[in-house]
Amino acid sequence: MRKTTQPSRRGRTKTGRRHPLATVALIAIGLMMTGGAYAAINAGTATADTDINTQVNIDEGAKLFQANCATCHGMEADGTVDAPSLVGVGAASVDFQVGTGRMPMQMQGPQAQQKPVQFTDLQVKQLAVYVGSLAPGPGIPDAQYLTGDGDLANGGELFRINCAMCHNVAAAGGALTQGKFAPPLAGVSAVHKYEAMVTGPQNMPVFNDLVITPTEKSDIISYLQHLEAAPSAGGFGLGSIGPVSEGLFLWIFGLGSIVALTIWITARSN
Amino acid sequence: MNTVTTTGQTRTAAAPREGGFTAAAAGYIDDRTKISVVVRDYGRKIFPDHWSFLLGEVALYSFVVILLSGSFLTFFFQASMTQLVYDGSFVPLKGITMSAAMQSTVDISFDVRGGLLMRQVHHWAALLFVAAIGLHMLRIFFTGAFRKPRELNWVIGFVLFILAMAEGFTGYSLPDDLLSGNGLRIIDGMVKGIPIIGTWTSFLIFGGEFPGEDIVGRLYSLHILFLPALVVAFIALHLLFVVTHKHTQFPGAGRTQDNVVGYPVMPVYAAKAGGFFFIVFGVIMLISSLFSINAVWVYGPYDPSPISAGTQPDWYIGFLDGALRLVPPGWEFVWLGFTWSFNILMPMIIIGIFIAVVMFYPFIEGWITGDKREHHLLDRPRNAPTRTAIGAAGVTFYAVLWAAASSDLIATHFHLAIEGVTHTLQALLFVGPLIAFVLTKRTCLALQRKDRSIALHGYESGRIVRLPGGEYIEVHQPADEYQKWELVSYNEYKPLMLRPNAEGKITMAERTRAGLSRWFFEDRIAPASQTEIEASHGDHH
Ligand code: HEC
Ligand code: HEC
Repeated sequence: MRKTTQPSRRGRTKTGRRHPLATVALIAIGLMMTGGAYAAINAGTATADTDINTQVNIDEGAKLFQANCATCHGMEADGTVDAPSLVGVGAASVDFQVGTGRMPMQMQGPQAQQKPVQFTDLQVKQLAVYVGSLAPGPGIPDAQYLTGDGDLANGGELFRINCAMCHNVAAAGGALTQGKFAPPLAGVSAVHKYEAMVTGPQNMPVFNDLVITPTEKSDIISYLQHLEAAPSAGGFGLGSIGPVSEGLFLWIFGLGSIVALTIWITARSN
Repeated sequence: MNTVTTTGQTRTAAAPREGGFTAAAAGYIDDRTKISVVVRDYGRKIFPDHWSFLLGEVALYSFVVILLSGSFLTFFFQASMTQLVYDGSFVPLKGITMSAAMQSTVDISFDVRGGLLMRQVHHWAALLFVAAIGLHMLRIFFTGAFRKPRELNWVIGFVLFILAMAEGFTGYSLPDDLLSGNGLRIIDGMVKGIPIIGTWTSFLIFGGEFPGEDIVGRLYSLHILFLPALVVAFIALHLLFVVTHKHTQFPGAGRTQDNVVGYPVMPVYAAKAGGFFFIVFGVIMLISSLFSINAVWVYGPYDPSPISAGTQPDWYIGFLDGALRLVPPGWEFVWLGFTWSFNILMPMIIIGIFIAVVMFYPFIEGWITGDKREHHLLDRPRNAPTRTAIGAAGVTFYAVLWAAASSDLIATHFHLAIEGVTHTLQALLFVGPLIAFVLTKRTCLALQRKDRSIALHGYESGRIVRLPGGEYIEVHQPADEYQKWELVSYNEYKPLMLRPNAEGKITMAERTRAGLSRWFFEDRIAPASQTEIEASHGDHH
């Protein structure tokens, strides 16, 4: 009985061989496409213009502010029970908060959520110069720090020491307490990265120029841009969140395909 | 069986006739090694065919891949914590101070030809190795393959599982990057959490205050010498037992306690196994060439001050990390001048008990059921409802600990508060296994009931017939004889009777045992007996 089954089994083994590998290949292609689509999502960069600081723009900004922000922040931007005073937060803070779509805040929560930006670039700048005109504060950063050609090694070191505990070494983001979180940094423009550091939005600490100098900030920005742009050396990065995604991938796709193959091999003999 | 004997004979008979070099060489080798005797004795062993019987082989083959790729890595890796300034070709690390271990790992990744691929092969194969062992163990457990005479082999296999985790963890710690350093820091913390001797032990392990300069070298000796030697020895023992016990098989027509239905090792099974090795190898290579794993150059060199959000161990250590994360705050106090860190001791104790229960489960079940017979036929999981339910509860317990290790990622990816995730998992750790137990047991019993009704009445055909008298009946399609055999041939157990011993006393141990046995077997569905099956003919149709 055993003998007779052998030849047929061998014969069928040959013809059926391509299918399971094809599955694996398909999975690989599928993942490749998802990865590619993911990488394609990229926000455009905004550049700071110093000559925006004109009285016309400040007045325009004041009008926009009264129409969109005053309900929470007060007519004079001096704060209400709902929202903090913006006197002294600086143009950088407004440019970051409004330019990333966090403000005007949509709903109370652990952390103001990002949503599509509601103003044109010019309007954002007008709001920024208006708030910046109320009292001195961090201004919109100089373009020289945003070029992304700083010292990568130094930037990487500073990022690991100052930022990775919240944002993860690969800038993939991380959890904080009570539903707050440090977002992933891919797709954030250089100017917003700089502004985030100098203004410390919401649950992020402020890294003023004494803690991290402007040149060091520029290094960090360069490193982050490198991290995002450089192809992952080892192949697809699986979200760069480390062993958890690796383990899940192994169980689902690795062991999954192996089990499928064992079933295929033994199915031949029946 | 015939195939095998004839192979031996034709070879020796054909040798002088062909007179070629191969024949002469074969004869030469056989005269000196008696290899044909080995082939005759072991080649004739029969292996039954079922996909789940290949899981152990997956583990074995990934281990072979690990050995091969690992040997390659040893040619280039430097197990030293001497601090150097990196000057390799990876620009974002240029000029950074790091240990020789980290530097050589980065060099393997960027400057050694094929080095990155080998690193990834080694790491992915290691993950697969432990996962395959895990799945293999689940198969053994749920089919009752660990019962007499195979209890010891279960223990050996479980020791292999632990050794594999140790191999994995020591390997994970070698590159001396930020991730592995944080992992070691947790181990350091756990060791220091042991009362009285903790701090001294930690200093002993790390050669001084953490991280010291010694640990990578020490882990390296364990990782490439001591642990692999043990793994190889235990694998040999494990396989020896598999051969001497013969392989188990699923019940079916023609399969009994005394035979094994399948294919002889030589040549069919060996050929298949050889091919299967390359399939496993191929899958590992494919994954390793497409997917990055442990990008140490992103983590950067270890330095005790920074830590990355989302720092996790490799999956198989996850349950330990999860256990630590689930401990509620405030479990540490000072008593008698010592700090008692129950936040660390409690998880260690609970995990210790869990591991001991799994390791000795065959003996525990054997004692409860009082079953001293040999079993070469496997149980279908549904036919041992209580065991299957215990297994499901254990899997749930492990899975909750495992999920807890990624509580922060669960929180960010599903936009939840991490406290909520932790509290839910804390509750699930206790409630989850209970729910899993009850659900699984009920499901098994329901499936058994269904089997019984199929054996007695056949399948519902969906064909409704109106009898001349006006009565409607559904025609049942009787199961064929082979199927019936599978449906009814399983052991029926009854709870042990509480009996006095030789001195006429009922001991406490016996009382517990009878109680447990009742719990084990009180809900059961008896298999349909021959008389019932015969009586059922003529029913319904
Ligand atoms: C629904 C109420 C609401 C509206 C509308 C709103 N904000 Fe806010 N805003 C908040 C709250 C609340 C915070 C504090 C957030 C925190 O720290 O968690 C805040 C914070 C800010 C900050 C950061 C302050 C700092 O300390 O750096 C800026 C800048 C800001 N808002 C600007 C604006 C601007 C500009 C607008 C209008 C386009 C606006 N907000 C509209 C509620 C609001
Ligand atoms: C204590 C944790 C913490 C640290 C440390 C920290 N951040 Fe943040 N970061 C946050 C949080 C929380 C937010 C989100 C704030 C919000 O939504 O308004 C954030 C937001 C950001 C953003 C904006 C992201 C976006 O999607 O718009 C950037 C850029 C950023 N951080 C960069 C950095 C850099 C660079 C460092 C190190 C110098 C750093 N952060 C350190 C917590 C942190």
